[in-house]
Amino acid sequence: MTDLERHEFDVVVIGAGGAGLRAAIEAREQGLRTAVICKSLFGKAHTVMAEGGIAASMGNANARDSWEVHFRDTMRGGKFLNNPRMAELHAKEAPQRVWELETYGALFDRTADGRISQRNFGGHEYPRLAHVGDRTGLELIRTLQQKIVSLQQEDHRDSGDYEARLKVFPELTVTDILKDGDGAVAGVFGYWRESGRFVQLSAPAVILATGGIGKSFKVTSNSWEYTGDGHALALRAGASLVNMEFIQFHPTGMVWPPSVKGILVTESVRGDGGVLRNSEGKRFMFDYVPDVFRGQYAETEEEADRWYKDPDSNKRPPELLPRDEVARAINTEVKEGRGSPHGGVFLDVSTRLPAEEIRRRLPSMHHQFKELADVDITAEPMEVGPTCHYVMGGVEVDADTAATRVPGLYAAGEVAGGMHGSNRLGGNSLSDLLVFGRRAGLGAAAYVAGLDARPVVAQPDVDEAAATALAPFREADENPYTVHQELQQRMNDLVGIIRREEEVREALKVLDGLDDRAASVGVEGHRQFNPGWHLALDLRNMLAVCRCVALAALERTESRGGHTREDFPGMDPQWRGVNLVCTLDGEGQVELRHQPVPEIRQDLLELFEYAELSKYLTGDELARRGPAPQDGSSA
Amino acid sequence: MTYQASFKVWRGDAEGGDLQDFTVDVNEGEVVLDIIHRLQATQAPDLAVRWNCKAGKCGSCSAEVNGRPRLLCMTRMSTFTESETITVTPLRTFPVTRDLVTDVSFNYEKARQIPAFAPPADLAPGEYRMQQMDVERSQEFRKCIECFLCQDVCHVVRDHEDNKASFAGPRFLMRIAELDMHPLDSADRRQVAREEHGLGFCNITKCCTEVCPEHIKITDNALIPLKERVVDRHYDPVVWLGNKIRRRDS
Amino acid sequence: MAQVDQSSGGRPVRRGAADQGVNAPGRAQIAARTLRGDRWWLTPLVTFVCFTAWLLYGLVRASTQKDYFVADYGYLTPFASPCLSTSCVPGSAHFGTPFGDWPPLIPFAVLTLPFLLLFRLTCYYYRKAYYRSFWLSPPACAVAEPHRAYSGETRFPLIVQNLHRYFFYAAVIVSLINTYDVLHAFRGKNGSFGLGLGTLILLANVVLLWCYTLGCHSCRNIVGGRLNHFSRHPLRYKAWGWVSALNARHMTFAWVTLGSLVVTDAYIALVAAGAFGDLRIIN
Repeated sequence: MTDLERHEFDVVVIGAGGAGLRAAIEAREQGLRTAVICKSLFGKAHTVMAEGGIAASMGNANARDSWEVHFRDTMRGGKFLNNPRMAELHAKEAPQRVWELETYGALFDRTADGRISQRNFGGHEYPRLAHVGDRTGLELIRTLQQKIVSLQQEDHRDSGDYEARLKVFPELTVTDILKDGDGAVAGVFGYWRESGRFVQLSAPAVILATGGIGKSFKVTSNSWEYTGDGHALALRAGASLVNMEFIQFHPTGMVWPPSVKGILVTESVRGDGGVLRNSEGKRFMFDYVPDVFRGQYAETEEEADRWYKDPDSNKRPPELLPRDEVARAINTEVKEGRGSPHGGVFLDVSTRLPAEEIRRRLPSMHHQFKELADVDITAEPMEVGPTCHYVMGGVEVDADTAATRVPGLYAAGEVAGGMHGSNRLGGNSLSDLLVFGRRAGLGAAAYVAGLDARPVVAQPDVDEAAATALAPFREADENPYTVHQELQQRMNDLVGIIRREEEVREALKVLDGLDDRAASVGVEGHRQFNPGWHLALDLRNMLAVCRCVALAALERTESRGGHTREDFPGMDPQWRGVNLVCTLDGEGQVELRHQPVPEIRQDLLELFEYAELSKYLTGDELARRGPAPQDGSSA
Repeated sequence: MTYQASFKVWRGDAEGGDLQDFTVDVNEGEVVLDIIHRLQATQAPDLAVRWNCKAGKCGSCSAEVNGRPRLLCMTRMSTFTESETITVTPLRTFPVTRDLVTDVSFNYEKARQIPAFAPPADLAPGEYRMQQMDVERSQEFRKCIECFLCQDVCHVVRDHEDNKASFAGPRFLMRIAELDMHPLDSADRRQVAREEHGLGFCNITKCCTEVCPEHIKITDNALIPLKERVVDRHYDPVVWLGNKIRRRDS
Repeated sequence: MAQVDQSSGGRPVRRGAADQGVNAPGRAQIAARTLRGDRWWLTPLVTFVCFTAWLLYGLVRASTQKDYFVADYGYLTPFASPCLSTSCVPGSAHFGTPFGDWPPLIPFAVLTLPFLLLFRLTCYYYRKAYYRSFWLSPPACAVAEPHRAYSGETRFPLIVQNLHRYFFYAAVIVSLINTYDVLHAFRGKNGSFGLGLGTLILLANVVLLWCYTLGCHSCRNIVGGRLNHFSRHPLRYKAWGWVSALNARHMTFAWVTLGSLVVTDAYIALVAAGAFGDLRIIN
């Protein structure tokens, strides 16, 4: 092939968001030659959109916080479907990862005694989110980006070359993972978005950090990059996806005007005092506290309001329930006719905080509503509704090393599954990126160090990858934009926030049709920065991932976290122990299997009160926890 | 609410190009980026445009609308009259790649030349103590989304290609100011600001501040204070004398 | 520095050369110097006209040495303050007369006016304003400037702008003098306490002058801006906050004081020339 550009690295990181950059920093610090591939420009990854903060039990705002409490909150939030080892590592290591950011130059908001300030968030027992106003994701990405620059400056001092050991490939899309004859990772194949030229990066270890799948849904807070590339690359490389039925619909996305529908309204609005009201002016969340959380949330407005000032002797407002609960509640209110004019509910902070305070604490929300919707949030309520925000499911990985079942393939961040169980708590995403990004870097480094020989890319695989990438340049009437719009609409309608058996079955049929249409889309023009071509290639990833989502959603006959079945509204302890795992069979067809959820270690189980566990676990599992009385270990 | 708008969109590449006319539907509440997307989906499927978050947070969709540097996603159609022809071109300070996409690598090269944060040697992670009032100035500059509109509008490089080598541009001079004001940074950055990154080229005509979508007061809060700090070190004989005397005392 | 354009026969070209600025090779080829369709030229034009008119007014008033003092009420125009020679109208020399006869055409305030002028000339706001309106560098944002080469404030003479803080120190002294002049304006014909419209105008003018002077960017740096640890200097932090608040309105005060100086001077001139009497409130 004449126009193939070739590079050699020890580790290739696909994705330059929080997880990817943290993985790359670690791999480089372990002495490996590392490449970071971004689908967009360096520093633009979707992590910038994260607003609220990074959850870490540093205990700066409330000294009673500890990793055990954080672990408990995470498991509760995920309805006990989390990979417990991941949740444990995450809770234990998050503080160290946040402090590390300060040594990279991050400037978090401060407490009065000069430490990192921490804010309240849904599902977290104590104020736990390290933040910078409501632009924490931007701070995170910029800090990591600047750390990478500083490592490059070190390399420049040593070798005269900024890119001697750490090179960034901006605007490059990976279309395939290349393997050697033994099935180990040997590199990646992709194209420069700018020129359309093909690139092969050979490397024995590849870390997936590609984020989520939100662009398969119509109303989403996710950017165009979120087409499930990493999920699909992993599937095609032979790895497995877990928990794909669990998709988080963030309760508060903008609903008006139509062109910004879905854009996120940070949970900090509620953490800082904002309340949800329906068209009758009622704070409806008091009616939606589920049994498993009863007793942990305030039952009157007075108590809820007192909590902001005195959290130790009052219960928190139900607006701060985990996201799945709030999203469903809003959905119900709207469905039952108590919605706002544009089909959402009212989120009001204007009557709760002075205008100056709102501008200080929520500057980007103030800016976003002013500029995009002509709404002054210091004077009037916002209209909000659920928006597809995050996929809990992802590539199945080993908790400690982030290794997938394919030798040399690693995954971290949103693309990895298991950590958040059936529902992610706000703030746990950024900490997840840092904790497991670093672990993936370490895991890949250890793997590379232990290799005797570097896996070699097979030329026919490269030729095949090139042929597949060029396929859309054909004469055809089918337009990739049309196929994509239909996919988004149908997924939103049929496998959205509330699911029903018939609808999911219909979705699977729709996907069959879209598969055929996607296989025959044609694009105009040439390969240089051609968005139509890019979308045509992303489509096959979205379709593969959507099929996993739909199959798993059909299979799980219960409601839990980010999976709500109207025909099976309850949570079933039998399903608590089951992960649904998605793989490709020999013909490239999606397969779904049941697999037990990794067991919760005894010492971790003992962190919970017996009564709480009894809401989630089966009798057998409870028996393992031991008898109910004399329960002194939890607190 | 829908109406037909007239658009002129620059299409071409480094070899050449021109403004092409389009007539396109506009709905209530839309921004210019929505219209560009509609053109892609209906009339020009290979129209190149860079974008990402569509919420003014990532700084990808920088272009020029009616001659002014803007984020396409934050330029609401309601700011134009229905009869107005809206002209969209790529940024005019950087080499064009295709259509509305430009090669902004200049900015990444400059970013790499700014000496990184120099952490205090005696503090371990978790031991950093900083007061809110001490971090607030640098925090303002860290709101920057790196859309590079300030770099695009700055006449020092926009109108003088030859200055690109010796001038880092507002975004990266602001980065130097951010680090210089960081309460725990251990480096003195005034000399590099003056000698390597061309702070003196800035004639504080404030276009960077005018175009900043994050409303950062780049000139008043970063560039001028940095200039004053440089004066402290390089141009102020009183400070110089004071330092001399104090050094002798200690 | 300025490169010579071959196509123009060796003469330096002033405007829109084919390979310059926005037309440099590699950039999107767009013929127009700017695609801005708004009236971007209006602000620089108005600035140009106002500054020029103000300078002419000041020049004429300062050099004519007439009608600068209202003896009855002690009104002295800032354009003639301090008056330090025996040529000064009796009563107007608030600081004595160390100098003898004053030559014609030389402003009485020749010791202070140059510093005030330099203070404003090197002021960060005025620099923006005249770089844009007088030197067209640039005339407006995203409008190509007509110069082939540009070195900003990196070399002589513009590097002298860095001395702004010294002119600030001088301006503080002059503002103190102006304040002292205002104290003299609180009297009636018989020498006792008095208050007239002229007093109020002088007072308002001097308050505005302080707002402009203390809002100076150099002042902001000196007072606290150069510190990296505000928390260790609470008083300077507080002062920095006040100066910053004034500084945010520096442009406004720059314009308002131009106006207030003219109003003050013109009022005193008209009263001194007998065009109308001062409106008295007390005595």
